[in-house]
Amino acid sequence: MAQIRCTDLTLAYDGVTVADGIDFTVNAGDYLCIVGENGSGKSTLVRALLGLKAPTSGSITFGDGLTAKEIGYLPQQTEIQRDFPASVREVVLSGCIGRFGHSLFYTKLQKDLAAYHMERMGIADLAKKCYRELSGGQQQRVRLARALCATGKLLLLDEPTAGLDPIVSRELYSLIEHLHKTEKITVVMVSHDLEAVMHDASHILHLKKKQLFFGTREEYLDSEIGKTFLGGAGNA
Amino acid sequence: MLEMVFEMFTYPFMLRALGVGVLVSLCAALLGVSLVLKRYSMIGDGLSHVGFGALAIAAVANLSPLKVAIPIVVIAAFFLLRLSENSRLKGDSAIAVISTSALALGVLVISVGGGVNTDLNSYMFGSIYAMSGEDVTLSLILSAVVLFLFLLFYTRIFAVTFDESFARASGVRVGLYNMLIAALTAVTIVLGMRMMGAMLISALIIFPALTSMRVFKTFRGVVISSAAVAVICFVVGITLSYLLDAPGGASVVLTNLAAMLLFSLIGMVRKS
Repeated sequence: MAQIRCTDLTLAYDGVTVADGIDFTVNAGDYLCIVGENGSGKSTLVRALLGLKAPTSGSITFGDGLTAKEIGYLPQQTEIQRDFPASVREVVLSGCIGRFGHSLFYTKLQKDLAAYHMERMGIADLAKKCYRELSGGQQQRVRLARALCATGKLLLLDEPTAGLDPIVSRELYSLIEHLHKTEKITVVMVSHDLEAVMHDASHILHLKKKQLFFGTREEYLDSEIGKTFLGGAGNA
Repeated sequence: MLEMVFEMFTYPFMLRALGVGVLVSLCAALLGVSLVLKRYSMIGDGLSHVGFGALAIAAVANLSPLKVAIPIVVIAAFFLLRLSENSRLKGDSAIAVISTSALALGVLVISVGGGVNTDLNSYMFGSIYAMSGEDVTLSLILSAVVLFLFLLFYTRIFAVTFDESFARASGVRVGLYNMLIAALTAVTIVLGMRMMGAMLISALIIFPALTSMRVFKTFRGVVISSAAVAVICFVVGITLSYLLDAPGGASVVLTNLAAMLLFSLIGMVRKS
């Protein structure tokens, strides 16, 4: 059974269709990359997957033990966060917020969980450091640790390498690939960075107001649309 | 001088002003941390102008000021929040439109309804004589509510302030918390504005958080420091105003400015 199944999805804002005909599945252990130009409906699809935006028609169903709340989400960095006084530990701990139920404060278990993920992301020694004083790459590791606190199953990453230099981006990709391989975490990633993505992704979803392509990476590389898109990006 | 300070505490109006002021400063500072970090400080400013308009209408219509102003400003708070959420840039100018209009309406109502027992100057810039026993009771209730809710929802307030998208995706009801903060801010502003003045009350919201951010680097540090800075600055400011026979609201704001400069200096020294 698939973790996420989208069936003939139509997404719209204020009655204007952003994207339609979206039909794909994500199985446990997949690494799905969602590609497309700006305004192609990627962000709206992300919001829909998180349950923040109701589809106009079609359906999104979760299975295989996954619920919308258990998605480990890595949103894009906001302007507010660049200047935010918070320790690394405070940020990572806030990843446990969805695991609260009705309790109001962090439990010992959640604090241990946060410590564990900081360790795994190699930021344990930064726990007391101020988030805004970290480098871009370190900040992404902090936010990745936070996302991991929210999930053990599926990471949803929205342009995780935006604003990072190529070396740091590559490090982050290998960190994600490591989580995917060794911990069997399903990865769904929105990205512009085609070259890096093509190495790791197992499946590709290409959007342009509608679904242009969904299939495995190999099928995509052989397809007309894949060749055009990648060729265009390669020359750019 | 010490004698004069002791003498100050023998006047019931001073005690009332101090009591209300300390509690309102505390609430404003806690709410301010979230508002400042989310770039919503303009909301505080807008609300104080709406509050001025509401107070003016209440005075001319001879109604209880708090009973008129609190509901109007709470409604305005929801409205301003909506505007800011929809679009940052348009929200800014929309808030300016609403706040200047409310201010103009207030000035007009006061001058047309003249002869009534109103004093434009004390509304604009505050008066420490304005605090009644009712205000003290209300401030006590309000600050208890703000403190209780703030502590109770502390972790969620952090999550909502730091990253709305992530909090939303984790199932936190972000809109609810935003509305709660806006409503509490509205009540805080109405309670404090007759003492601090409509033009000056938003300083209590903005200053302590900004000051604390110069030195403290964790959310918890900023919250605790803001509360302390707010209370200390209010007491020092009011005491100075009593000793120097200066206006209370203005003295408190300038004390806050001094604290901010001091903290900036500490921050700079630490960095180098």
